[in-house]
Amino acid sequence: MYSIRLWAARHARLLELTYQAVEPVIIKLQPLWKSVGYARAEKPVARLEQACKGLLFDCQMCGQCILSSTGMSCSMNCPKHLRNGPCGGVMQNGNCEVEPDTRCVWVEAWEGSQRMKDSDAIQIVQLPVDHRLQGSSSWLRVARQAAERRESLK
Amino acid sequence: MTSRLTIPDNTQLPPAEDAGNVGRLERVLRSGQFAVTAELAPPDSADPQEVHARAQLFAGHVDAMNATDGSGANCHMSSVAMCALLAREGHETVMQISCRDRNRIAIQGDVLGATALGIRNLLCLTGDGVQVGDHPEAKPVFDLDSLSLLEIVAGLRDKHVFASGRTLTSAPQVFLGAAANPFAPPFAFRPHRLAKKIAAGAQFIQTQYCFDLPRFQDFMHRARDLGLLEKCFILPGVGPLASARTAEWMRRHVPGVHIPDDVLKRLEGARDQKAEGRDICIELIQQLREIEGVSGVHIMAHRQEAFVPEIVKRAGILGASKS
Repeated sequence: MYSIRLWAARHARLLELTYQAVEPVIIKLQPLWKSVGYARAEKPVARLEQACKGLLFDCQMCGQCILSSTGMSCSMNCPKHLRNGPCGGVMQNGNCEVEPDTRCVWVEAWEGSQRMKDSDAIQIVQLPVDHRLQGSSSWLRVARQAAERRESLK
Repeated sequence: MTSRLTIPDNTQLPPAEDAGNVGRLERVLRSGQFAVTAELAPPDSADPQEVHARAQLFAGHVDAMNATDGSGANCHMSSVAMCALLAREGHETVMQISCRDRNRIAIQGDVLGATALGIRNLLCLTGDGVQVGDHPEAKPVFDLDSLSLLEIVAGLRDKHVFASGRTLTSAPQVFLGAAANPFAPPFAFRPHRLAKKIAAGAQFIQTQYCFDLPRFQDFMHRARDLGLLEKCFILPGVGPLASARTAEWMRRHVPGVHIPDDVLKRLEGARDQKAEGRDICIELIQQLREIEGVSGVHIMAHRQEAFVPEIVKRAGILGASKS
């Protein structure tokens, strides 16, 4: 919902802390994901993720979440799907050129990022979207990547 | 704010392997001369003569002509075809590439083709939304954004690979540009976005229309504080306003264009608004030239292309040294 989405970016620090608490749990549950199988865990976890992040951020389930680098404002809500910052068409009142009654996702992102501890994560140059990941769970991928990193260090 | 980015000095990138392949724009900028580029609107036509006629207006008065890529989301002749026609006649062009209409497969193919056709300069843009143009029902593609486009083209050139990692047998030697709009919110983020564009590979920057000098100065001060001014060439955008009514219309309908009230009032008070528009443009060019880090100007004289030579001449900028 639009108003909750705005609330989220305006409470980016709180949500950053929340995610920092949740992420280790998801990673710790790695044995569970492994025993269930990532493919089988995918559907229920993706549904849960969509329910939480859909409510808070109007999450589009791109499957490669960068909310931590976008001030907790989902960049996939930008009509141009920009992942690296605002386009040049932002209106003087900070609204979107495509949806003039909506705040620019990146104006919110900038303000959100400045409230976060890791405020300079917004400077990271993001890769283009991998469209194959649409609809998949970012949380499970984080867990899997952390496990793979641990494996490779062994 | 500490920086997550390592900003390379893109003004010092080794020039194209074949030195004869360095274009005029790149040569002028590297030599420290003040560069002049101008926007050339592609015709709604399949006739190459229309392209040549338009280019003839600018020939000898600018260092490069930008061919727009469906600007304002309106359909026109493609920028790649237009640049290829002009390159054949010996004109220096900047081919604009927008992310709105093509995906990464099409764009990379176009970059290779464009270079093969003699095009040396590319300007990587996000592109206007389809809603402002003549085909608002079209599918907006936006597979890439201007940043990832820059990175991919820099990869084609410097790493000799496609975005997929597949190797090229011959890399496109291009001079890479990007846009900036210091005049649209979020203002504090704009210099950081410039930093990202330089990190992604931008060697030169052409900005949106500058009518608000203090805002531009503020942007340049912040860019200087981030150490960006020596890392790329910045060409602010300028252009003559035809009348107060046009200015008012642009303010309302062209996304990202900011025209302050005092500019509008000055136009309204003038007896000959068109001439006043040109005077404002020339004054702005002269004031911009004094700003640290400004390497040239980009003139966008929509429907007033015939006045570009006069503007360049009266501003005394072509072939001038950077002040």
